[in-house]
Amino acid sequence: MNETLMLTVLTIITAATPLVYAALGELVVERAGVLNLGVEGMMLGGAVCSFAVAHYSGSATLGIVAGLLAGMLLALIFAFLTLSLQSSQVATGLALTIFGIGISALIGQSLVGIAFAGLPALHIPWLSDLPIVGRLLFSHDVLVYGSFLMVALVAWFLNRTRAGLVLRAVGDSHHAAHALGIRVVRVRYLATLFGGACAGLGGAYLSLVYTPMWSENMSAGRGWIALALVVFSVWQPGRLLLGAYLFGGISILQLHGQALGINVPSQLMSMLPYLTTILVLVLISRDRGRIRRNAPASIGQAFHPTT
Amino acid sequence: MIALQRRADPSRLMGYLAPLLALLITLLAGLILFAILGVPVGAAFYSFFVEPVSNLYGVAELAVKAAPLVIIGVALSIGFRAQVWNIGAEGQLILGAITGAAVALLFYEVDVWYVLPLMMLASVAGGMAWAAIPALLKTRFNVNEILTSLMLTYVAVLLLSWLVSGPMRDPDGFNFPESRLFHDAALLPRILDGTRLHLGAVVALGVVVAGWVLLSRTLLGFALRVNGAAPRAGAHAGFNQSKLIWIALLLGGGCAGLAGLFEVAGPIGQLLPSISPGYGFTAIIVAFLGRLHPVGVLFASLVMALSYLGGETAQITLNLPLAVTGVFQGMLLFFLLATDVLINYRVVLK
Repeated sequence: MNETLMLTVLTIITAATPLVYAALGELVVERAGVLNLGVEGMMLGGAVCSFAVAHYSGSATLGIVAGLLAGMLLALIFAFLTLSLQSSQVATGLALTIFGIGISALIGQSLVGIAFAGLPALHIPWLSDLPIVGRLLFSHDVLVYGSFLMVALVAWFLNRTRAGLVLRAVGDSHHAAHALGIRVVRVRYLATLFGGACAGLGGAYLSLVYTPMWSENMSAGRGWIALALVVFSVWQPGRLLLGAYLFGGISILQLHGQALGINVPSQLMSMLPYLTTILVLVLISRDRGRIRRNAPASIGQAFHPTT
Repeated sequence: MIALQRRADPSRLMGYLAPLLALLITLLAGLILFAILGVPVGAAFYSFFVEPVSNLYGVAELAVKAAPLVIIGVALSIGFRAQVWNIGAEGQLILGAITGAAVALLFYEVDVWYVLPLMMLASVAGGMAWAAIPALLKTRFNVNEILTSLMLTYVAVLLLSWLVSGPMRDPDGFNFPESRLFHDAALLPRILDGTRLHLGAVVALGVVVAGWVLLSRTLLGFALRVNGAAPRAGAHAGFNQSKLIWIALLLGGGCAGLAGLFEVAGPIGQLLPSISPGYGFTAIIVAFLGRLHPVGVLFASLVMALSYLGGETAQITLNLPLAVTGVFQGMLLFFLLATDVLINYRVVLK
């Protein structure tokens, strides 16, 4: 296996990981019947807080925790407004993104231009030393392994546990779930907070590993691509992982375009991930029946126990 | 415990009070934020809300900033009424600026009266074309318009960046990524001496009236409102849903495109890599703050325009980052959505 190809595969993993986290969180949120369009804002919040904490404390672990908490905090605002105060999920999600862009730029003002060492690769005895396979599969940082673990856990949780069943019931029919005595609002709060934590982790990966620094608006639409990935996955964690790696590959293609001898202006190459997102959405959405069968039925609707 | 009790009738009074209440809370939260940042609160308040409009030039600047917000905000309100979520007005604005500027550069040094009208037509067409993509994908393939219109905004930003550094770059511009300065015939006439107030402000007022007439005095406006409030009732009434989606998006795109042209042919005078401080996104907040009503949008635009001016002044006098503007705008929308609960629910103590 030649060196360039190996490096390309390794960078695809780095590009896909933030998408896996952010999209997986949103998948759970949507499965609970909540549409949070604020993923982009939560990612930025996570990115700036984790970078700031990692930079000032010198500890990447603390940085990751900070990113997770920042995402949860922003998700809590969203949850309070939409679940407790019955505000429109679409409008509140947009507000969260606008607020997230602003507040992250404000917090990160003094951090622009500082570099960070990145996360160390975890060395796994014996496995990491294998030729080729060792470097491809066992030379990553803790967040990459975490992303695979998380996909497996979420798939198991949703399909194999009672709590997962409850969550899906809440997403498919909140009135029926309420009649069964399930605390709909509480389940949705927890799902939304989980989504925020995941988006925060995705953001942390961006600022600690993908481009180990902070720059304003650095997520560059990845939060929105994550939302599109949830549709692409038809709300299935396994397909979501596949989709995230597909997109990771496309964003890397754009970076390596020049090196591969593709003579197209860089701006036009940079359009690829966004154009692919649109194309993929078309391919998936045109099958209305499939979307209808798989999408959580009460997504985006406010729930109030007295109604 | 505090509980929410549904009102039998939505409160009209709260409908009007909620935006004012939200504004007041935002102001308070902003002052607290300033205090946390260690900025003297009094000085911050003064330079954010008073200083920018303390002279005629400042007031004219307020109108310059409010004009694009009004034009886009009115059009978005009409779309939002129909539950068509066009979130990509920023991209449509950029496309309008590009197509309008293309005409200006095509007629460079040609001094004829019809250059400007031609540019306006081109910009409306450009914005509409960009909005037609989500409309087509929504009506034909059932694709969520929020995601497509937003993705297209990122594409538009990159397109503009490529054009000003390539095909549309000023040949005598020392390789800076910007177009030629527009010829005089391609610039909007100023309507107040000594200020940058231009024709766009007048057009914005026209858009408010037109939007109001459309929404409240025409069958189309009625169809849009019914479709938004109760899509099934709309379908039973024979309103063509696809047609309404097309109209809502094209209206938004056309207006955003025109607003884009007013920026490049107005205060800017050329095509730059960045031509809007996020007017397309702020217009979304404006639409909600203005209660999706054209007259409300007018007032909301003035408030938002002040947040832009205040942000700029605070940057100069207090050394605060420009991002403060975004924080204020996001908070305002949060508080508005939070106070909206008072319209449909009564807060009771259990």
